[in-house]
Amino acid sequence: MLALTTTWPDLLVFITAAALIVVGALGVISLTNPVHSALSLIITLFGVALSFLEQSADFLAAVEIIVYAGAIVVLILFVIMYLGVDRHPHDEVEPLVGQRVFAALGALVTVGGIITLMAKSHWVTGVMSASMNGTSLSSGQGEITQLGQSVFTTYLVAFEVTAALLIIAVLGAVQLARRDRESEVEQ
Amino acid sequence: MSVPASWYLVLAAVLFGIGVYGFLTKRSVITMLMCVELMLNAVNLTFVTYARTLSDISGQTIVFFVMVVAAAEVTVGLGITVAVFRRRRTTSVDELTEMRG
Repeated sequence: MLALTTTWPDLLVFITAAALIVVGALGVISLTNPVHSALSLIITLFGVALSFLEQSADFLAAVEIIVYAGAIVVLILFVIMYLGVDRHPHDEVEPLVGQRVFAALGALVTVGGIITLMAKSHWVTGVMSASMNGTSLSSGQGEITQLGQSVFTTYLVAFEVTAALLIIAVLGAVQLARRDRESEVEQ
Repeated sequence: MSVPASWYLVLAAVLFGIGVYGFLTKRSVITMLMCVELMLNAVNLTFVTYARTLSDISGQTIVFFVMVVAAAEVTVGLGITVAVFRRRRTTSVDELTEMRG
């Protein structure tokens, strides 16, 4: 049934994206060296960007690569190498008895719950959004144009608030990471 | 016709589950932050899938905002990690137990 509505290039793209995402995510949680985990995270991000492209979210795919893989992961890598925290991994010790089992159980329950909820609520034939004020994805306009119009009209307040949030986050990070001169003298 | 939306939703759920497992089992703060990124990406994937299925650009707009907030979260989180590491010489959550009651 599914094979009739899906052409094989789409299927190939989906399989590639799914393989990238799952392999990268498993690498993040299974590799012991944090640097390898961060590099594995990049694989996942490329898979997500590929699936964004497949679903006609071109701008978000580019932002995913530039912001996530280009900025966030590089920031994480900088901190890992600056702190040098990979010398003594603590993942082997298990202070909470059966933590892994409970974590796996919790993750399975979460995934099963999400899938069950989505399957019960007609996930493929969802109704159109009630708040859709004329901005449809398939209206022939460019997707970036629509995204820009949506950001600067419907979500203008949220956009300004995120600008303030970014400024606050940068100032907070600078304040947190700055060396405190007086405490250095005390030491 | 593209791949059915349900496939992408299941993929996003699996990615979210992997992120949950990693967040619950990892000891290093930095690796836990990476697992949070995994979960955020799973949610982003769900948003984009629904934006396509329901033909509503709002889903993609929300993803844009989620990315901004994720960038801010990582910035502050890593700043806190560096500040804690300066004082305690560790980033393991097992050794940072001063705040328990």
